[in-house]
Formats: sequence, structure tokens, C-alpha cells
Amino acid sequence: MKPFRMLGRSIRDAFKSSVRNFSLSLASISCITITLIIVAVAIIASVNVEKVTKKLEKDLTIVVFMENDTTDKEIEHTKEMFSKIKNIDTYEFKSKLTVKEEMKQESEILGTVLDTFNTDESPLKDTFQIKVKDVLNIGETAKTIENLDKVAVVRYGEGMVEKLIKAFSSIEKVTYGIVIALVLVTMFLIINTIKLTISTRKREISIMRLVGASNFTIKTPFIIEGMILGIFGSIVPILLTVFGYRAFYDHFGGHLFSRVIVLIKPEPFTYMIALIVFGIGILVGMIGSASAVKKYLKV
Amino acid sequence: MDLIRVRNVEKKYKNGVTAIYDLNLAIEKGSFVFVIGGSGSGKSTLIKMLYREEKPTKGQIIVGGLDVAKLKNKKVYKLRRKLGIVFQDYRLLPKLTVYENVAFAMEVIGAKKDEIRQKVLKALEDVDLKNKVHNYPDQLSGGEQQRVAIARAIVNDPKLLLCDEPTGNLDPEKSMEIMKVLNDINKSRGTTIIMATHDKEIVNKMKKQVVTLKDGHLVNFKQKGTYDNEAV
Repeated sequence: MKPFRMLGRSIRDAFKSSVRNFSLSLASISCITITLIIVAVAIIASVNVEKVTKKLEKDLTIVVFMENDTTDKEIEHTKEMFSKIKNIDTYEFKSKLTVKEEMKQESEILGTVLDTFNTDESPLKDTFQIKVKDVLNIGETAKTIENLDKVAVVRYGEGMVEKLIKAFSSIEKVTYGIVIALVLVTMFLIINTIKLTISTRKREISIMRLVGASNFTIKTPFIIEGMILGIFGSIVPILLTVFGYRAFYDHFGGHLFSRVIVLIKPEPFTYMIALIVFGIGILVGMIGSASAVKKYLKV
Repeated sequence: MDLIRVRNVEKKYKNGVTAIYDLNLAIEKGSFVFVIGGSGSGKSTLIKMLYREEKPTKGQIIVGGLDVAKLKNKKVYKLRRKLGIVFQDYRLLPKLTVYENVAFAMEVIGAKKDEIRQKVLKALEDVDLKNKVHNYPDQLSGGEQQRVAIARAIVNDPKLLLCDEPTGNLDPEKSMEIMKVLNDINKSRGTTIIMATHDKEIVNKMKKQVVTLKDGHLVNFKQKGTYDNEAV
């Protein structure tokens, strides 16, 4: 079969040429390796940041304390009012008694202290725990709730949490930006390194054109060569991702700085990253050499 | 039947130099044509346009039924497979042996191994180089290298062989050897040969068709012509 024969020849030529131009191949490979390591680190960081942000957003609640003398009817009315506020996703009502039980469970001493009060003079208040849809508008929502009848106090992260989330989301954007920029830079570097390899084979390409090789035939070995460079270039980054992240995770016991920042478990997370890095390596190598050879196909 | 038809062709390079003015030419299948003229006469430009290294700025060139001027860059290989090209500087690949250099032309178009072997050996026999199959180009003399180049050009059985000053780097004796090889190819294989040259002796000895160009204009096209000093 002709296509297979041609493909076989292309693969053979690609291997030959990457061995023959060893020093240049090595230059391309190390260039791919270094950038892929940075890409892997950036991806790992951004996915972790994203996860932490999501978790924080999920945990973030507005706690609404009702006034002591609120009646059941007024509680129902408040619930109705809540369903009219758009940013409220869900709310959960906890009566004084529930809160008391919960507290008792947490601490025996607190339980006995609380038992000294009867229901009417209990210092505890009926509460609502509210989850919002959009965390960034949590401040406004809290204000709206504060203005409702019989609401005593409204508590939420009070700015701190919003700032954290804002910071995280910009970190996320920056890391994504870095990943994209790095991939582009790698591509540019590879195009240039491969261009060097190819310029030494300019003559060969022009002769191929003269004897009637189609552009496709000429390009294929170079593209396969780029793929080979990409594969070799991604070995070290993949090993570093899989074993390095495992070591990092174990060293910090799965948390970074505080309990709040929970790291993603290494498996299967690192395998995914390894796959992505591998894919980027191959793709960048292919595109790099394809566009490098293009210049010589115009004679 | 005409293998090549050149109609009202003009070639103006980007630097403003016009190399060919309004050229009309028809070349029959199986003929042997010299293109002669001094430097800057446009003979190299004409050859280059025939294998579409250059595109004409005006007019039409038909080679073996292909409209060369309209051929897209991607489709140039279709034209190149119909013809063989020989240059003054041989253009062999130094890292390949004689056999590999010739086989290269067949490999890139996806021929079968057996077919390659058979045709390469036949082509090398035609240029009388069968005993140098395993040598590398730098182990050969200029004349031998040019014969390897000719073998590479004819190995795919092209209808047309374009030669741009093939004897330009060779002494008269070696030049005549090359001419003998070309003449044999023309006769035995029926390949149409167009050869640009400024070698007076060769043209006069061979007595083939002669296209004379001067400053980009066609001066004359003679059967069994000679090198006309005045016209050039």
C-alpha cells in the first residue's frame, strides 16, 4: 500500500534526521523540557487555586440572627421575603432549640450552662444560614437582609472572604495567562530551533521539490520529527509532575499553610496533568516543525 | 504533437528587470532543442518558467497539458513528475550514494522497492555509471556527477528533460560525453530535451533545433541550427 510505504519512509527519515542532527535535536528537546516543566507547575497551581476558590465559595454563608421576640409567623414572613431576593440560593432555618442542641453536642460545659436558661430568656437566637449564588455580591445581599423586619444581626465574611476570592480568581486568570504565554513561547522557540535544523537541509528539500515530491510528502518526516522531539521533551516534565507533586503533597500533608488550602490528591490528578503535558509537547513539536518547513516549500 | 506551448509570455522580475518579452514557442514531442543566448538573454528564465520555479507575469505556458502559470504552489509536484531537471551544479545529496541519489527521486513519489531497484539500475546503465553505484558524489569526477544527476532526472521516465547549462562546469571532452548521453536518452527513450547552453562547439556539432534569445526576445527558431554569433 502506497500511503503506508510513504509513512514508513517518513518515520524512518524522521528518526534518522533527529539522530543525525543530534545536537540541534537536543537543543529543541531541552527547550521543550524546560517550558513544559513550567507549564506543568502553572497548571497544577491554577487547578489547585481553582479548587480552593470553589470550596471557599461553597462554604461561604450569611448567618442571619433574628430578634429574640420573633414569632413563628414572622419567621414564615421572613422566609417569604428571602425567596424574593434574587441572589439567595438556599437558606436553612435553625430555631433556638436546634442551635442549643448543636452547641450541647459540641461541648458539655456549654450544654450545662445553656440548660440554666429557660426558653424565653435564652441568649440564643433563631438563625438562618444562607448560601448565595454570586459570592462577589454577598455584601449587598447581606445589607438587603439586614433591612428586613425582625432581623437583629447579619454576619458573613465581611470583606475578608470576598477579597480572598477575588485574589484567588485573579491568580487563576494570571496562571492561565502564563500557561498560554508559555505554550506560545515554546512554540516560537521550537520553530526557531527546528528552522536551524531545517536550514541545513534546505538543499534536500529543494531537490525533493524538484524531483516531484508533494509538499505533504516533504512535510511529513519533519512533522514526525517534531513529534519525536515533543515526546522526548515531555519525559522529564511528566516524571517531575507525577513524582514531584506526590513528594510535595506528602511533605505538606495535603495542606498548604493552613487547613483552608487543601491540595488536590496526587492520583489521578497528576496523571491527567501528565497527559496534558504530553499532549502539549507533541502538539507544539508538530506545529513548530510544520511551520518551520513551510518557508522552504515555495521554490 | 506539441509537448510545450508558450504563448505571449512575458517575465518581469520584482526588481523591475524584464527577462522575457512576448515569447511564442511550440516544441514538439521527442525533439532536442538548444536554447542559446548570451548572459541576460533570458534562457535560464525560460527554463525556470518551464518547471515553474518562476511564474510568467503574462501569457500562458502549457507543458504536457498542464497550465504551468496557473499551477498552485501545492500542485507543482504534478508538473515536476512529468519532467526531469539537470543543473549546472548537479545538485546531488552529498550524504547519499550514487544509487541512493537516483533512488531518492523515486522514493519521494512513493514507488515500490523492487521497481525502484530495477529502474535505478537501468538509469545508471543508460548513463554508463553502473560500476559506481556505491560511491558518494565527492568520489566522482564532475562529468560523472553530472551523469548521476541525469540518471536521477530520467529515472521516473519523464516526457521532458530540462537542462540548464549542464556542461557549464565541464571541460570539452567531458561535455561531449554528457551530450552523447543526452542524445542517447533522446533517441532510445524518446524524451524531449530542452537544453540551455552557451557552448558554441556543442551546438554546432549536434545539429539540433536551436532557439536563439537575445535580451529577452526570440531571435529565431531553426531546425538543425548552429550557434549564430551575430544573432547572439
